[in-house]
Amino acid sequence: MNNVAASAATSAEIAESAPIAGQSVRHESAHLHVSGRAIYADDIALPANTLHAAFGISRIAHGNITSLDLTTVLAAPGVIAIATPADIPGENNYGGIIHDDPIFTDTLVQYAGQPIFAVAAETCIAARKAAARAQITYAELPPVLDIRSALAAQNFVMPSRHLLRGNPDEAMKSAPHRLRGTVTMGGQDHFYLEGQIAIAIPHEDGAMLIHCSTQHPTEVQNIVAHALHRPAHAITVLCRRMGGGFGGKESQPALIAAAAAILANKTGRPVKLRLDRDADMLITGKRHDFLADYEVGFDADGRLCALKLMLASRCGYSADLSGPIADRAVCHLDNAYFLEHVDITTHLCKTNTVSNTAFRGFGGPQGMLIIERIIDDIARVRGLDPLAVRRRNYYGIGERNTTHYGHVIEDNILDTITDQLEASSDYQTRRAALVEWNAQNKIIKRGIALTPIKFGISFNATVYNQAGALVHIYTDGTVLLNHGGTEMGQGLYTKVAQVVATEFGLPLSAIRTSATDTSKVPNTSATAASSGADLNGKAAQAAAQTLRDRLVAHACQTHQLTADQVHFADGHVYLGPQHRVNFKDLVASAYTARISLSSTGFYATPKIHWDRSRFNGRPFFYFTYGAAVSEVAIDTLTGETQLLRVDILQDVGISLNPAIDLGQIEGAYLQGVGWLTSEELHWNGKGELKTHAPSTYKIPSVRDWPLHANIRLLEHEPNREDTIHRSKAVGEPPLMLCISAFLAIRDAVAACGKSGALPELDAPATPEAVLRAIDSVRHDGAHP
Amino acid sequence: MSSAKISHADAPASATGNNIRFVLDGAVVSVADVSATTTVLEYLRETVGRTGTKEGCAEGDCGACTVVLGETTVDGDMRYRAINSCIRFLPTIDGKELVTVESLAGDGDTLHPVQQAMVDQHASQCGFCTPGFVMSLFALYLHNPLPQREDVLDALAGNLCRCTGYRPIIDAGCSLPAYVAPERWSRAAAQDSRHATLLKSIQRDKMLTMPGFRAPRNIDELASAYAAAPQSLLLAGGTDIGLWVTKQLRELPPIIYLGEVDELQRIDATPARLRIGAAVALTDAWEVIFARHPTLRELAQRFASPPVRNSGTLCGNIANGSPIGDAMPALIVLGARIELRCGANTREIALEDFYLGYQKKDLAPGEFVVAVKIPAQQPATLLASYKLSKRIDQDISAVCAAFAITLKDDRIDAVRIAFGGMAAVPARARVTEEALLNQVWNQATIDTAITALAQDFKPLSDMRASDRYRLRGAGNLLQRFFLEHNDETPLLRTHQALSSLSSTTDTTP
Repeated sequence: MNNVAASAATSAEIAESAPIAGQSVRHESAHLHVSGRAIYADDIALPANTLHAAFGISRIAHGNITSLDLTTVLAAPGVIAIATPADIPGENNYGGIIHDDPIFTDTLVQYAGQPIFAVAAETCIAARKAAARAQITYAELPPVLDIRSALAAQNFVMPSRHLLRGNPDEAMKSAPHRLRGTVTMGGQDHFYLEGQIAIAIPHEDGAMLIHCSTQHPTEVQNIVAHALHRPAHAITVLCRRMGGGFGGKESQPALIAAAAAILANKTGRPVKLRLDRDADMLITGKRHDFLADYEVGFDADGRLCALKLMLASRCGYSADLSGPIADRAVCHLDNAYFLEHVDITTHLCKTNTVSNTAFRGFGGPQGMLIIERIIDDIARVRGLDPLAVRRRNYYGIGERNTTHYGHVIEDNILDTITDQLEASSDYQTRRAALVEWNAQNKIIKRGIALTPIKFGISFNATVYNQAGALVHIYTDGTVLLNHGGTEMGQGLYTKVAQVVATEFGLPLSAIRTSATDTSKVPNTSATAASSGADLNGKAAQAAAQTLRDRLVAHACQTHQLTADQVHFADGHVYLGPQHRVNFKDLVASAYTARISLSSTGFYATPKIHWDRSRFNGRPFFYFTYGAAVSEVAIDTLTGETQLLRVDILQDVGISLNPAIDLGQIEGAYLQGVGWLTSEELHWNGKGELKTHAPSTYKIPSVRDWPLHANIRLLEHEPNREDTIHRSKAVGEPPLMLCISAFLAIRDAVAACGKSGALPELDAPATPEAVLRAIDSVRHDGAHP
Repeated sequence: MSSAKISHADAPASATGNNIRFVLDGAVVSVADVSATTTVLEYLRETVGRTGTKEGCAEGDCGACTVVLGETTVDGDMRYRAINSCIRFLPTIDGKELVTVESLAGDGDTLHPVQQAMVDQHASQCGFCTPGFVMSLFALYLHNPLPQREDVLDALAGNLCRCTGYRPIIDAGCSLPAYVAPERWSRAAAQDSRHATLLKSIQRDKMLTMPGFRAPRNIDELASAYAAAPQSLLLAGGTDIGLWVTKQLRELPPIIYLGEVDELQRIDATPARLRIGAAVALTDAWEVIFARHPTLRELAQRFASPPVRNSGTLCGNIANGSPIGDAMPALIVLGARIELRCGANTREIALEDFYLGYQKKDLAPGEFVVAVKIPAQQPATLLASYKLSKRIDQDISAVCAAFAITLKDDRIDAVRIAFGGMAAVPARARVTEEALLNQVWNQATIDTAITALAQDFKPLSDMRASDRYRLRGAGNLLQRFFLEHNDETPLLRTHQALSSLSSTTDTTP
């Protein structure tokens, strides 16, 4: 190391440089987002001979194709090729688990919007116009459209499942009070601003490069390989960023990529397939709507004695991820509450609608809304403060702490969070003030609700809880990072880069994250289940630590030091108390010494196991907690609602990036509020989705964010498990905080009737639904 | 669109008379050989390769495609407004200045304050909607040096974000006054005479004529052109016709564009009436209407979104004849009349008589709407218009109601009630009006009138609302109107509950 300039540094200087992990640094692409220079799939410059594709879709919900005449399509201006099942060299399927999702359906049409063929043309508009010219005749069959009809017909995509703990029959019989009811809730479109898109570019010797907006590049790779009957090594999938995902780009992009790849394979030319908004909303799956019939037994104080529940989800025409989603709904049906005697049956209803799929929370929100509605019912029937009933049913610490699926909860901080939020939000005072307001105001009623969340972190299926990373150091001291996680706006690339920068003591500017790439890091899990930073942060840290260890060993050898004397901070490497060198100089020296400056890293989540057949195990590494208080006003003339104030306290362990976590919390909350209020999916009697664009499907807009918002991260509560820098997952958990807004609306509706009334308010609480619920409490009076 | 020829030349007008010319980043862009229905977004993304502007919905409902359009006002000032580029046809920006998200940043990656504020507030997540938000904030920045929170909310009402929950974006908008004026695109720089001078250099004497598109300069040209080719399509703001192209993939008949017709741009205000020309943007129309009728302000604010109001026209809303156009109920109860012209002939009819049936209007071939006239109201007239929809901003009404009632002592001396969303056309509630006329202004009268609504309307059920809710809602809006104009007005609107909360907006970190 004789050509390395070493300079003195004090230990104080080292201590001053706070690690970048934990700081509120901006999103790595923020400057690109605001200036229009962030490149999304649709912005990639295309080879000159690229074709543009469009799907030809079914206009009926159920039936058999009796004739398919595509001559007019092929004859349309600009059209180069058409792809039907006959053009698929391999498997005509994009279903990831059960292979029941045809890329192009052959004869049986199972939903309105189902792809039947795809067409490639010289321009996008030519392809879309041509696709609409297909002459298709059908022998129509009666469609099954809703959960009740599917239940009656025993129409399921997968077998029903059952969880039993304790002795619910006995406990129900001996419960002092019993109540039966039904909870229903609608689905939700993801409405990522960037629609589904893929570009397939043929390469030499049967290889194909796919640019795709996907949360699951490896699945896209595998599905395309199977469809083209090629080995996995021939298919490379790249994704630099998505314009939003929310679960909608977990299993769905495989369809888009496969169709583009099939056309690229057939024509030998690059093919881009971008769905416009309407096609996207008609063709791709949504959050499952659920229905639950329940019977609950409880004591005079509202403590749960027994719960029996039939849980049915509308899966659409195929399985997709419906099985795991129903399982997660079951695993989150307890939310924060100890269910000692419980009996849950799940039915996965097959309907002639689009196949529903992953959506932020993945069944968790539906399960949690059900138990929160039940608790709300109990409190109203007993005339108790719902919060008091909630707290009585919270999991205990050291006792009453085993979930209904056998998981012992070791990190319960529900009381800590609830105490803090109840005080900081002034919940009790405001609740009392509401009673007075509602007594004085005839037209505008107000409501309030505090709801907690406990959300299990890890994929239920243990196998997916693994991740890989690849880190290169170049001889100028800069670092190129790659990992299996995808960037959909959640700040994953930023957080993982912070982790790597921290390991090397480098500024973030020294780290570049390259597009997620199946040829760099193979066999990746979907970026889903809130696990992105947990898994990829640890994998990248492992890769960085391997490299750091090599550099330390090299420094020790050249400077006669022991490893504990070498520190990495502020762009330098500190060599004992007296010397430091620039990071890049140590790197250059290591290169000269022929030391590898590239390493993979790998992580597998410890401690977890899951026996799906027995509904038992420890599926989650840890739990993330939080709570929210929402207050609303409703107009009893029109059913219009307004969110007045929200207070949130969210557990993120030790945050990797408080600004990003805050953004996740706020965004998740409002997205959830949209699900439960304004976002209504409407199918007509023929099974046509009539809400397939923002003109008819209303996600929250800027005025829906409440004027009064107090959003805080819980402090001084590191993750008790050894996660990356003791942080906790944040992507999904805060979505469920929206339940407080829904129950606040219900609270306001209840104020229109007699004490003890149970408003029949289903989600989404549109103005119409709210007005109907107001009618129900005014006419029905108190529950018997 | 890749075959379009572009030249960046200050060529004399005569040589490029049939080219579309507009200003982009300080230079005149001249475009030939594009289809008349090429959208501005298509042109930017596919011809110029400016991919910062995004397509989110291709119907003007999400704002990802927002760009800013500059024009000179009658005073010679520059006026910059946000529009949806996804449904705006390229020929309609002839003679204007186009500003895109790529235009804002200065040299050496210096961000414009609206961009820097978005970065500083962590206001982008996936970033796909961000350029649109930046451009809406940019338009706000140029015309409002001290925006209040409400101004920011209004400015962003047409931009959807699915990631952030909006809080940091609102904060970015509210923080703009804290930033030092940039070198590029400061308020002063935007008014620099070079902009107006450059624009002046590309104004035309003769109409822009290209295949499938003509833009007459005066009303006689328009009248004769349309009379000669009545199968043509009249295009004003294009906020509906744009969707025929982007959503329905329709081939349009030859277009006659109204936006350059001088006489149609005018607003004439006399004490007796307002007269609003057919090419006046909704933004300007609503401003003069609610200045006269302040109770219509909420309707004006909730009418579509700023980019739609900046392109769309009030008379376009009228001529479109949609049963759910939000302007019609209010205009009908105000007693609005429309001027029509066909060739050299003109006539005038009451707006309510214009609608004959679903998508059927009292319009002869070659006849067009010239202006709408809104008479002044009697001072004692109570006036309101309300809409019901699933979302406050940028939503289509399930029901839109308007009431104009004149009281004499305690009796109803005159009454006009009209609804949108209740029938195949915007329509008056004649039976209900009959039930109210000459009756005492009290709850009993209102109760009777609400019952009468069922005789006026048999509304439809669709994705926006059921027939039952529409009828209930319509009656309850009449109830609201009564309560709002009662001596003991209770609190009637949800936002009034906000004032009872302490102002504690606080967010960590």
